[in-house]
Amino acid sequence: MTATESSPASTRPGEPMLSVDDIALYYGNIAAVKGLSMRVHKGEIVTLIGSNGAGKSTTLRAISGLIKPRAGSISFNGERLTGKQGHEIVKAGICQSPEGRRIFPRMTVSENLDLGAFLRNDKEGIAADRARVLELFPRLADRISQKAGTMSGGEQQMLAVARALMGSPQLLLLDEPSMGLAPVLVDLIFDTIETIRDQGTTVLVVEQNALAALRIADYAYVLESGSLKLEGPAAPMAEDDEIVRAYLGG
Amino acid sequence: MAITAVEAADSRPVLLGREKVERGIGIALLVGVTIWLIWNFIAGPVQFVNVALAGLRLGAIYALIALGYTLVYGIIELINFAHGDLFMLGSVFTSIVLVKWFGAGTGSLADWGLMLVTLVIVMAMCAGLNITSERVAYRRLRRAPKLAPLITAVGISFIFQWFGLLLNGSSQKSWPKVIPDGGLVLGPVTIDWSTIIVIVVTVPLLLILSYIVQRTRQGKAMRATAQDQDAARLMGINVDRTIAFTFALGGAMAGAAGLLYLETFGTTRYDAGFQLGLIAFTAAVLGGIGNLQGAVLGGVLIGLIQGFNDGLPYGFGQKWSQTVVFTILILLMVFKPEGILGKPTIEKV
Repeated sequence: MTATESSPASTRPGEPMLSVDDIALYYGNIAAVKGLSMRVHKGEIVTLIGSNGAGKSTTLRAISGLIKPRAGSISFNGERLTGKQGHEIVKAGICQSPEGRRIFPRMTVSENLDLGAFLRNDKEGIAADRARVLELFPRLADRISQKAGTMSGGEQQMLAVARALMGSPQLLLLDEPSMGLAPVLVDLIFDTIETIRDQGTTVLVVEQNALAALRIADYAYVLESGSLKLEGPAAPMAEDDEIVRAYLGG
Repeated sequence: MAITAVEAADSRPVLLGREKVERGIGIALLVGVTIWLIWNFIAGPVQFVNVALAGLRLGAIYALIALGYTLVYGIIELINFAHGDLFMLGSVFTSIVLVKWFGAGTGSLADWGLMLVTLVIVMAMCAGLNITSERVAYRRLRRAPKLAPLITAVGISFIFQWFGLLLNGSSQKSWPKVIPDGGLVLGPVTIDWSTIIVIVVTVPLLLILSYIVQRTRQGKAMRATAQDQDAARLMGINVDRTIAFTFALGGAMAGAAGLLYLETFGTTRYDAGFQLGLIAFTAAVLGGIGNLQGAVLGGVLIGLIQGFNDGLPYGFGQKWSQTVVFTILILLMVFKPEGILGKPTIEKV
């Protein structure tokens, strides 16, 4: 097959931060993901791409403990996450900006950001992170006391990412951060993801906009109908016409 | 962006013919009730004030129970049918703890302290029972179709009634009260001691509850969980514990209502929770279910309506009490289905 498939792990030294091993995820009796294994190393941007319904969001929901894998295991910094509840996984250091934003519509932008830091007690750290996310997304500063549900889709997306960052995660999970955004905002979001990584947060991003995701990612996994089809360093993948045509809708 | 006067005028809702007629009928009804109240006030001002005070006392008790319905509905959209019976158990617990164990009701000054201690105990007992029922009968059904927990709530209601039957017996029992009869005489008007105590207990409880929900970390977790459970989990909120805490708050309010009911009317019945629970639930719906201020407003309004209807010279009298309350509920639901303070439901996209 392709060169990217041959012993990909050898290109990524060290212990993985997040390791997903052979998980199976079901909705009722319908398998959404089968036998998926993936790794995220510290300091990386890893992307999970694939078409609609491939099981990407389901995988992120499983990592965050919102659904339980029927088989396989997920561990983070050597600690087993499988069987832990959602709030315990946030405590372990994983925050998610979920599919469909899921901001709290009847609360203000400010209250949403506060909730992102729900488990933290370090007042100074919280204030610093608040300043940081408002610098990343100046639009939110303008809307700080507005009810979140009254903002535009793009602003809500920024809030969802900012809220996840307020938890000061070691690993940030982003589910379709570019969904429904104007092209100029898509570029802004992807630039911001790179900035977030450069500031020390590891990122796992799920995207339908595969080429944009590959451009910023270090490593990529391609899902198709719930199974892993391909994995490898992101840059060569984006340049391989055959792969782009077969899996990425290029 | 500044909104110009023209834009503001354009954004005003346009009333269709049918809505105009409905609004007209609604306003006519309100005007009618106001005239009726003024007419009664002129006919007998002292009587008017007295029945208003009695209505307020009853309304405060309804409000405390209604809060339990609205808190639970607000967070998991469950109509907790067992809640009225929890209130009944609160009154039965009060009779046991305050009268049987503490021996209060002899008229000594120590009774007041014992009543305060009993209040705390009964609130804790009802909170504990409500947490237990949530753990046993509702938690596992949280992702089940809405009808399933509704039916288990009916089941818990029967279990609570059976528990009340066991503790209280099948007949109505009378108990000595700590609060003496009579009241504060202000000229021609007498404010019953029980009215004063009910208000003195209810108002701080409402303030504490409002503080918990609006200002504390737990309250923030409650509001977030009410809006989106999965999103709350992603914030690190322990959703199970937050829901249990909400049941505890509702239960504590029902316990307080039980004590105040016993101290006002001096009786316990194992089936008292059915009727009072139904009226308190009506109060929660009237005010806008899920809205805390609405539950209090609805409770006080229904208390006043019953007081006025039962006691005013031109009222329909006590035998029509329930009919009047539910007629008003139906009228309000027709004109404003979301309740007085409820927000219109917007379909989620």
